[in-house]
Amino acid sequence: MSEDDLARLRAALEAATPAPDPARRAAHLRLAEATFAEGRQGTAGRARQSLQGSAEGAPRTGVLKMLDRLTSRAALAVTASAVAVAAAAWLLILPQGDPRLSGPPAGPAPVTGRATPAPTPAADATTAAAGNTEGGTLPLPAVPAARPAGREAAAPAAAADESLAHAPAPGLADPAAGITEEDRERYATATPNPVKVTAEEPVSTFSIDVDTASWSYVRRYLLGGELPPAEAVRIEEMINYFPYDWPAPAAGEGPFRTTVAVTAAPWNPDTRLVHIALRGELPAIADRPPLDLVFLVDTSGSMQGPDRLDLLKQGLRMMLAELRPEDRVAIVAYAGSAGEVLAPTPASDRAAILAALDRLEAGGSTAGQEGLQQAYATARAMAGEGRVSRILLATDGDFNVGISDPEELTRYVAREREGGTYLSVLGFGRGNINDTLMQALAQNGNGTAAYIDTLAEARKVLVDQLTGALFPIADDVKIQVEWNPAAVAEYRLIGYETRALARTDFANDRVDAGEIGAGHTVTAIYEVVPVGSPARLTDDLRYAPPARVTGADELGFLRLRYKLPGAGTSTLVEQPILPAMSEAGDDIRFSAAIAGFGQLLIGSPFLGDWGWDEAIALAEGARGADPFGWRVEAVTLMRLAESLAGAN
Amino acid sequence: MIAAARPAKDRAAARVEAGRMRMESSDESLARAAAGGDRAAFAALAGRHYDRVFRLAFRLTGGRAEAEDLTQDVCLALPARLAGWRGEARFTTWLYRVVVNAAHDRRRRNAARARAADGWGAWEEDRRAAAAEARAAGDWLARAMGALAPELRDTVALVVGEGLTQAEAASVLGLAEGTVAWRMAEVRRRLKALAGEEEG
Repeated sequence: MSEDDLARLRAALEAATPAPDPARRAAHLRLAEATFAEGRQGTAGRARQSLQGSAEGAPRTGVLKMLDRLTSRAALAVTASAVAVAAAAWLLILPQGDPRLSGPPAGPAPVTGRATPAPTPAADATTAAAGNTEGGTLPLPAVPAARPAGREAAAPAAAADESLAHAPAPGLADPAAGITEEDRERYATATPNPVKVTAEEPVSTFSIDVDTASWSYVRRYLLGGELPPAEAVRIEEMINYFPYDWPAPAAGEGPFRTTVAVTAAPWNPDTRLVHIALRGELPAIADRPPLDLVFLVDTSGSMQGPDRLDLLKQGLRMMLAELRPEDRVAIVAYAGSAGEVLAPTPASDRAAILAALDRLEAGGSTAGQEGLQQAYATARAMAGEGRVSRILLATDGDFNVGISDPEELTRYVAREREGGTYLSVLGFGRGNINDTLMQALAQNGNGTAAYIDTLAEARKVLVDQLTGALFPIADDVKIQVEWNPAAVAEYRLIGYETRALARTDFANDRVDAGEIGAGHTVTAIYEVVPVGSPARLTDDLRYAPPARVTGADELGFLRLRYKLPGAGTSTLVEQPILPAMSEAGDDIRFSAAIAGFGQLLIGSPFLGDWGWDEAIALAEGARGADPFGWRVEAVTLMRLAESLAGAN
Repeated sequence: MIAAARPAKDRAAARVEAGRMRMESSDESLARAAAGGDRAAFAALAGRHYDRVFRLAFRLTGGRAEAEDLTQDVCLALPARLAGWRGEARFTTWLYRVVVNAAHDRRRRNAARARAADGWGAWEEDRRAAAAEARAAGDWLARAMGALAPELRDTVALVVGEGLTQAEAASVLGLAEGTVAWRMAEVRRRLKALAGEEEG
């Protein structure tokens, strides 16, 4: 059946393909020959430089644009030699009109729109033979006037180029982001948690989540002038993007402390917010075990660009400064094929690591699984007693190449997890982030997923949270709350939709859950409706048995399970949730404001009249110390969202 | 007069002979010669493969005008590319790769401009002038190709259009063979869906 379809396609293609126009054919061949001759006559290597296009919509220098016009089909009536003459004439005129062409007026300067390796024919051949689908392929017959771009200067220079103006420099908003680029992003967001009736379903179970990627997606959309699609909004990740000053565990208390706080819901005076906040212990920084880090870097062609590979390199450079001499770093690149770029190297050998980073070039397509296999193999080889090994996978998420079955990939990662290696996924770029797969990889690999869109974000993820992100203190942390039907009529968990667990998963140590790192804070917020509250959405069932009351004044009972890193069995922590209202400090109010922000973005029906102004006021009043300015940024984004929502 | 004519005739014969040798030379040896700066070898090679390039260009873009533009891009790129020829792949495989890369470049540039340049999308209109029967077939082709994502079209152009094996297509596209197999399965699925729509 399908072979018939292919045969039909083959026949139709055959029939539709016209013969080339003889005149045009002759003109093209003359052009090719003239170009060939030009290359031979010119200074050695000049014509061999291919003009590299960028991953995003190709920087076209004035010369190339001109060549476009010159060699449009209409203009091809002129002979190739005339074209060459005209090109030379135009080049003489152009420099005055075009300030970008003010480089040396003559000489064999390589024309590169982007960092390229040393301009030897061999390098060119390598690029071609490697099937570099991203590098440009347009050589110029004669381009004497061009800015010589050195490696270091390449990225900023390219970003300054007018023709690249739509590609954002790190940290800059790209207003066209959501509009010009095809949206191939896939998100892993389930339907928002519904209101549960305590009498019917008193137990709520979920895994903690320290991912923060959703906040960056939301920010990117808002800065691009669009409201984010509801699927990009994961409220728990937005809340957990911000660090909170929850009480830290006392010495010997355990790996983290749990804080429960009951406050009035800002958007409904008749309901309560119950914060369940975890704070990981922050071991004295000098005591942390040495780290073995494997950077697994996606160098496929789509990773090219200032907001991808360049940003990653900058981030890793900054991170390197925070590592200690006894830490070790290895780099595995994956594109068409996976390769070890840097064998395990002590972090003290900074020069070697920096040089290896510099060598990373985007090109080729992605074979993610092969890269992962190699990274895990490297991590296994590095593993040693008392060391923590982690793979940092940096990708634009385009894992579609080389794997026929994404589930097989996640299963593979889940298997490797048993080996004790952690996996963090760092997402880069816009347009083709396969968020679902990123999430699945990180969740199955004992790790976190973060989305990096600016240099500030790279700093936050790679440097400021270095210890927490890289040094887990508890694995498989699960939370289970049993609500007391005598005190709580209804409840709903805000966010954590993708982290829901079955009730039986809680005590099942074979079910994977989130990790908490050193100093990490994790916050989950329930909205609960007390019995007798006018805010109830449901009525009592006529035939249901009355709630049995034990511990009548408790709102519910919190159970937490975690494993110490490497341990096979979990530890249980329990505490009642008491109804006494806590004081709503900055952190509680700010996290509630972010929860409200997220719900506004997805059009949640539970907020009533509470809107943008209220959310902004709440966040504004709860900024606290905010040493890194993250909360200020949040308020700015909320204002932006408000105006975008109002415009719609 | 006769004495002067002879050498000219000899030269002509020598040219013909050289030309025949060129025709008989393998692509690879011509490519090596061209990479070494042999202009005649380059001309022979370009002439020999022009139609192949144009054919693939048409199948990649779906329009005569786009195909001609793309072919011209390749003609401009070829001398520089060839300078780096090292004979690591069959010449035609290597050439397909150059064409596909040029097509990707062009697609990216077009994406920055209007999206209207997508040949397979605008194809139907071009075909209206054609004969009724041909149009019916063309409409199906335009719909079939239009239903495929660009990367699937590329794969179709190579595997279905040029008759490459999946391994060869994978080498051209710089992908794992399994990816090409997966893409072809996807193409079959889409075509089947299209056939289902036609019947339904």
